[in-house]
Amino acid sequence: MSTNIDLIFKIAGVGILTAVLHTLLKHAGKEEQAQLATLAGVAIVLMWVIELLGHLFSQVKSVFKLF
Amino acid sequence: MEIAQIVGFGLIAAVLAVVLRQEKPELALLLSIGAGVLLFLMVLTKIGAVINVLRDLSVRANVNLLYLGTILKIVGIAYIADFGAQLCRDAGESALASKIEFAAKVLILVLAIPIVMAVLDTLMNILS
Repeated sequence: MSTNIDLIFKIAGVGILTAVLHTLLKHAGKEEQAQLATLAGVAIVLMWVIELLGHLFSQVKSVFKLF
Repeated sequence: MEIAQIVGFGLIAAVLAVVLRQEKPELALLLSIGAGVLLFLMVLTKIGAVINVLRDLSVRANVNLLYLGTILKIVGIAYIADFGAQLCRDAGESALASKIEFAAKVLILVLAIPIVMAVLDTLMNILS
């Protein structure tokens, strides 16, 4: 359970951090780097979520005997 | 009190998603996917226990295990497809969501065909 809520907090933290970074870089006049920071944040979170989705699908497969 | 855990988890995820949605909608979507998957995983083990009981009952009642297996597969497909479709609809891609639902319907139909054929065979046996 604690690991579960940890992941949500991690995702929200990355999101808020990228939002702040995006704003900062944009105000500093570095549009491209702001875009790259956003992209990096999305990629990191996507890795976690895809891992989780794979776990879910394998679990559903084993519970419902799908293959 | 597992329901308290689940409701609390959902509320926290909802608040964080709302905070993120203003700044980064794509990350808010990923967060809601993650929260949905985790909530689903929490109850999946319970569903597994119920299904084991159902399988046990069907063995005791001498029901052909093929039918129960097919029904369980259909339920699994429906769960996964509904999950994906709702996430797509949340992200504002209702066209994709309806395609996912269509695909799920086709797959369920494919799984259901053997049962339909079995019913028809039985019917023919009774008639002849």
